[in-house]
Amino acid sequence: MSDKNIVLDIEHLTMQFGGVIAVNDLSAQVKEGEIVALIGPNGAGKTTAFNCITGVYHPTSGKVDFCGKTIANGFKIAHTPDEITKLGIARTFQNIRLFSGQSVFDNVLIAKHMRAKQNPFTATFRLNRSEEIRSKEETWQLLKEQGLDKYADWEAGSLPYGMQRRLEIARALATDPKLLCLDEPAAGMNPQETDELADFIKQIRDKYNLTVLLIEHHMNLVMGISDHIYCIDFGKMIAQGKPEAVASDPKVIEAYLGTQEEQDA
Amino acid sequence: MRVKNKRNMILSIAAVLLCIVYLFILQMDSVGHSYAITIIERSCIYAVAAVSMNLIIGFTGQFSLGTAGFMCIGAYITGILTIPVEMRDQIFYLYGMADWLHDIKLPLLGALLLSGIVCAIAAALIGWPVLRLKSDYLAIATLGFSEIIRAIFGWDGLGRITNASYGVSNIPQFANIFECVAISIVCISIMVLLVNSSYGRAFKAIRDDDVAAEAMGINLFRTKQLSFVVSSAFAGVAGGLLAVYMRSAVTSTFTVALTYNILLMVVLGGIGSISGSILGAFIVTGSQEWLRFLDKEYTWSQVIPGLGMDGFGGFKVPLLRNGFRMVVFSILLMLVVLFWNHGITGSKEITWDRLINGIKKITSRKKKTVSEAE
Repeated sequence: MSDKNIVLDIEHLTMQFGGVIAVNDLSAQVKEGEIVALIGPNGAGKTTAFNCITGVYHPTSGKVDFCGKTIANGFKIAHTPDEITKLGIARTFQNIRLFSGQSVFDNVLIAKHMRAKQNPFTATFRLNRSEEIRSKEETWQLLKEQGLDKYADWEAGSLPYGMQRRLEIARALATDPKLLCLDEPAAGMNPQETDELADFIKQIRDKYNLTVLLIEHHMNLVMGISDHIYCIDFGKMIAQGKPEAVASDPKVIEAYLGTQEEQDA
Repeated sequence: MRVKNKRNMILSIAAVLLCIVYLFILQMDSVGHSYAITIIERSCIYAVAAVSMNLIIGFTGQFSLGTAGFMCIGAYITGILTIPVEMRDQIFYLYGMADWLHDIKLPLLGALLLSGIVCAIAAALIGWPVLRLKSDYLAIATLGFSEIIRAIFGWDGLGRITNASYGVSNIPQFANIFECVAISIVCISIMVLLVNSSYGRAFKAIRDDDVAAEAMGINLFRTKQLSFVVSSAFAGVAGGLLAVYMRSAVTSTFTVALTYNILLMVVLGGIGSISGSILGAFIVTGSQEWLRFLDKEYTWSQVIPGLGMDGFGGFKVPLLRNGFRMVVFSILLMLVVLFWNHGITGSKEITWDRLINGIKKITSRKKKTVSEAE
């Protein structure tokens, strides 16, 4: 394990909103090629931690390193979400955020905008034709790989729910990430779809040499695919380790099910 | 597919030729057709302004209402720089024109270009603080900006440059109708190219979901800024064209009402549709003229022939009087907004396929009702 590079290194991350401490002194590490899950009951601060990593929030204190580069350090170093995407962290959203009025093709194509070599002048007067062609070819390629090519002309909002999830992941992949962050990818899916999703995540991890950070509720999904699990409750980390170890940890069970006394009362 | 493309191509060429021929006919007898020419010129100028507004509101989703302010800047710059040098002392008789400016005269295209550039710089400066605001707040801030610009140009202290509240007049007119139409077409074409480029897709992404757009690596601020700068630059050019069309630039032209008028064209045509904005500009400008007959007073005998001179004791037809035109116009607008609340084009571009399908639908519906009646 130790020979692998650390992709994401979170040190003492704290995020405070007024009097509410949403994330409290969280430290975690994600190693290259791993699938790491962040679990916890509702309102535990998972998404807040996520938003600190992806630049939506700037943490109150603590440090986040990505591939050896500090991307957040209290108020000292702060990056906007687009800069972080450019560095190689792609994300999906808990409640799907597609450009629902636009075509499936355009949804993926937009991710190619930031890496294309162009400026407003060359783009307007079509002097960047080779870049456009390359972007479009890469988009087709990706849609084909994800089995979305037959829906290319569909309006993204008219796709079935599962497909929308898949499109959102495809769109994140189009930014050429090193680290893919999935925020509750199985939300609203039935058990069969969840199993398919688990295979899908493993597949794309291997295919695109990704590291995956996952937020999830579905214990089945998490237990099946994770290499390492961090469990947080009320913003604090309460357990970490291999899936089996975490699943049998009394603190985790307590967080999810409540204590024996509470249930009796 | 290819047959269809060919057909569309032929239709487009035919339409363009028809327009050119029509403009030629108008130009041949420019005195006789001066009314039609003024309507077309004005529509074209407003079309540029409407498309530029659509760029920021309809494509980027930023509700900016500064159009009149940028048009004001453009109008004054174009106006001041194109007045013939020998007439300047006469126009600036009160303040006297600033010496450094007195002998600077640019050709129309140069003046318009400069208007665009100055507006772009102004937009970049204002956009920096203002574009951090969202929706209503942005609208209020840009409205305020537009009024400030108007106040500055009307200020006595700048009288040696702007002629203060007297404004600049005697701006030379367009040489012919083609000059105005061609400049408008070039401006609109550039905006169309931008909207259909990679940056245009970034604009639409921000409009649809700014959080997701940011997660896709789009720099929100810089992209909004780009849209705002380009939109304002073309608003400035439209202002310059308007000054040339009216042969004068006075601050009272560039009130908030002008912004609303252009917003109306954008909404009427369909937010996020360039062809819609152009159509909206022509419809609003045109119908304000066509409805002019409503402003005249008639007696019944003038309306119903054969009623005799006295018709109903010489009573006037009710409602028809000066100003009634605007009432009817407003009611028509309300009807359009109520029944087509995505505008006439439904926020999509007008294409030959859409037009032909629409016509087919209407004709087939007629046939159906005929056959049902039989």
